[in-house]
Amino acid sequence: MEALDLARWQFGITTIYHFLFVPLTIGLSVIVASLQTAWYRTGKYRYLRATKFFGKLFLINFAMGVVTGIVQEFQFGMNWSEYSRFVGDVFGAPLAMEALLAFFLESTFIGLWIFGWDRLPRRVHLACIWAAAIGTNLSAYFILAANAWMRHPVGFTRDPETGQARLTDIWAVLSNTQAWSTYLHVVAAAFITAGMFVAAVSAYKLWSSRRERPADGAQDEAPAAGTPAGRERELFRTTLRAGMVVTLIAGVLAVYSGDHQAKLAAAYEPMKLAAAEAHWETEEGAPFSTFAVGDTDERLNVIDVNVPHVLSFLATGTVDGTVQGMNDLQEQYTELYGQGDYVPDVFVLYWSFRLMIGLGMAAVAVSALGLWLTRKRRLPRGGWFYYAAVLALPSALAANILGWILTEMGRQPWTVHGELLTAASVSPGVGLGQVAFSLTLFTLVYGVLAVVEGALLWRYIKAGPSHVVPDREDEDEPDSDAPVPAFVY
Amino acid sequence: MELPDIWFIAIAVLWTGYFVLEGFDFGVGVLLPFIGRDDTDRRVMINAIGPVWDGNEVWLITAAGAMFAAFPAWYASTFSGFYLPLLLILLALIVRGVAFEYRGKGDTDRWRAWWDRAIVAGSTVPAVLWGVVFGNIVRGVPMDADGIVTGTVPDLLNPYALLGGLTTLALFTLHGAVFLTLKTSGPVRTRARTAALRASAVAVPAGAVFLAWTQYAYGAGWTLPVAAAAAAALPVGARLAAAGREGWSFAATMAAIGATAVTLFGALYPAVLPSTTDPAFDLTVASASSAPYALTVISWVAVVFLPIVVAYQAWSYWVFRRRVSREQIDPAPAYGDSAAGGTGGSAGAGGTGAAAAQQAPPPGPADA
Ligand code: HDD
Ligand code: HEM
Ligand code: HEM
Repeated sequence: MEALDLARWQFGITTIYHFLFVPLTIGLSVIVASLQTAWYRTGKYRYLRATKFFGKLFLINFAMGVVTGIVQEFQFGMNWSEYSRFVGDVFGAPLAMEALLAFFLESTFIGLWIFGWDRLPRRVHLACIWAAAIGTNLSAYFILAANAWMRHPVGFTRDPETGQARLTDIWAVLSNTQAWSTYLHVVAAAFITAGMFVAAVSAYKLWSSRRERPADGAQDEAPAAGTPAGRERELFRTTLRAGMVVTLIAGVLAVYSGDHQAKLAAAYEPMKLAAAEAHWETEEGAPFSTFAVGDTDERLNVIDVNVPHVLSFLATGTVDGTVQGMNDLQEQYTELYGQGDYVPDVFVLYWSFRLMIGLGMAAVAVSALGLWLTRKRRLPRGGWFYYAAVLALPSALAANILGWILTEMGRQPWTVHGELLTAASVSPGVGLGQVAFSLTLFTLVYGVLAVVEGALLWRYIKAGPSHVVPDREDEDEPDSDAPVPAFVY
Repeated sequence: MELPDIWFIAIAVLWTGYFVLEGFDFGVGVLLPFIGRDDTDRRVMINAIGPVWDGNEVWLITAAGAMFAAFPAWYASTFSGFYLPLLLILLALIVRGVAFEYRGKGDTDRWRAWWDRAIVAGSTVPAVLWGVVFGNIVRGVPMDADGIVTGTVPDLLNPYALLGGLTTLALFTLHGAVFLTLKTSGPVRTRARTAALRASAVAVPAGAVFLAWTQYAYGAGWTLPVAAAAAAALPVGARLAAAGREGWSFAATMAAIGATAVTLFGALYPAVLPSTTDPAFDLTVASASSAPYALTVISWVAVVFLPIVVAYQAWSYWVFRRRVSREQIDPAPAYGDSAAGGTGGSAGAGGTGAAAAQQAPPPGPADA
């Protein structure tokens, strides 16, 4: 065990953890802003309740995204000092821009939004949540441009003396094909997840409120329209459908951009794609593997269930295109970069690729089905649909994580593809003991916080919107200009 | 003046902004158990910084990002060299940030007591450690020719840096107390005034000695008046707070912290991280910086966007300019439920309906 191994574990663990909150923040900020816009436009009380209810859940999640993000920024210098020295010139620029353009915007306006309900004119207050949502979605672009550069480095030269990367063209870095393609894909995945969050919460609330249980033990009955419970069901029917619409649309975008991601991988990181496909030998008209059992020592697959020509199509856009295999690539790389093992972990890549697609698209499928089942004011009676909708949320989150595992582990052994090895990136002055200590502390603190955050979300979901904004009878009437109470700490 | 020098100044400005702004919300956190006698008091205190602390923290994120972009070698050596203190600062900032958001969302005293502890520890630890870290940066650390810091934790705990830690803690506490006199009313304000006096009893001497030491051992000619101004602003700030001139007092503590930060950066220049192993190994503004093109790019970004950021942050301070008082705080946390979650298995229908009926519309925390 070396400091390098633990530093990798720490980076993986803290980044994955950060990314549990990030997709929800990206998507929910926009969804909450949209709900508030609906309230602003129509004045319907129901939308205000939905805004505040999901706004509360959004904030519980948001806090975690913020505090875990600072760790990410510090970690480059703390654990990957040689990486930082090498790339700072290029990588630092988008990171500094992210802070200056996006984080300030989003943190200042979220404060204004939380505390400004009763102090700002409604129009200005609405603009605040949109500013925060824009800031959040903008921040993702910069960090992804930085990350994309590591997979497809552009717009730089290497300093002949120090060997460091030197920025030569910032536009090339910001308009990297890999950057905007990744951005589309990640944001699509984020909206799949956030839409599913809204749908899953709504489905749970609908399912648990399907019957009124009178205290006197009389027959259970469905809550009638016009009662408080009936109004709440109406609210959640609306948000259930809204969430599923978001997921479905984002799902289409995810497939489109995911296909593009695969093509870019074929062009810039062929080894990653080959490993993700357990594709050992170069082939024309290569098949897409759906299930394989491989032998990584012998460098071949023992069992392989294929769909002919699909991989070639995914990678090149033609059914007969050539897809390079790992064995050839390993030879090429050895010639180019010297002796070494350039094959990433095939097992992890192969399965994370399939599970990303499978679990993510499962959420999309649940949404498509749900929209059909809830058409024309219907609501399914059986429990299975509600269970499926709730389960689709962890499934979408897992797809996000697996996608990142695919991306990052597929780039190994490089941190910057073709330029800098992971082993050469780590901080030489930081010993095993220190990293072990920090990894332990992060794991402990993150573990406790995960439980706390989960418990809080659960409790607010159970308590329902009436605890955030009281129920009101005339809920579809445009409401008066009575001040809306603020969120206070 | 060359671009790297300008960026050294820019980074000094970002850190100074960070200490001036987050300094007072650290101070409020440190003072939480001393000024906040009951839950309502503590909520007054937390709500006074509630809308702005996150925006203040982004100054740190920007300062670190700017170091990464403009001086990769400085960022790399410092962040890896100060691994353990930075780790503790990170953990403190994590629990503190979460605590602000989560504290009011539970309803038992134990829940709030735990988060109060998190706020106090999460504010005290960085308030001390930033002083220790910057003291060591100015003083220099054992570092080899490759910019790899070879020192260990005991090297960091030298008298000068420890005094730095005491100074930042006392300064931020004073700053936070003054902020509370300015932004709250009622008993919190009264007690904050007393706290400001007490904090100044430490801050004034500690600050004076630390500044004198800095100036004597590391200072440049031009930092002398700055250090003197910083040392002088401290007692003035305390005096003004006692006299009830709260706005001016806050301006004075802001000036004191700002001038202290400027003194430290001035003492550091033209090095960015001196090596105590061999002065030839010093990282300097010239040797640690990015190439001119990268610096030009971030210069344009900073010139265009930093004023915009300052403008909207100032506006947010203006929006929340009114004092926070006990009367504005609902007796129970407005949205921390208690009854509803527990209505058997069906919290959805009966539970929420009943609870809604019990619960009068929360009185707006507006300044009535
Ligand atoms: C709900 C989530 C979700 C869904 C349904 C998909 N993906 Fe994805 N995928 C991600 C979530 C994700 C992600 C977590 O957001 C990643 C990680 C990094 C990135 O760019 O997006 C990712 C990465 C990623 C990569 C790696 C990019 C690289 O390393 O260069 C490829 C090739 C694909 N995806 C391809 C697809 C295809 C062909 C999909 C569907 C047909 C698909 N993804 C659906
Ligand atoms: C920007 C600078 C980055 C650096 C230097 C970096 C470096 C690394 C390194 C060294 C690892 C360990 C690899 C391994 O153990 O195989 C890793 C893993 C990982 N990174 Fe990145 N990465 C960066 C950006 C990102 C970004 C922006 C994300 C997105 C959220 C991300 C997500 C991940 C994930 C999920 C893993 C886990 C893979 C695993 O080890 O299981 N990384 N990264
Ligand atoms: C490893 C690289 C990453 C770094 C250095 C990083 C940095 C940060 C920082 C410093 C924060 C806190 C901001 C605040 O206090 O307001 C944060 C939060 C956040 N980051 Fe990350 N992050 C990384 C990965 C990602 C990725 C890949 C995405 C998006 C695709 C992302 C999107 C966000 C979002 C949405 C938030 C939460 C809310 C906010 O914007 O503050 N981050 N990140």
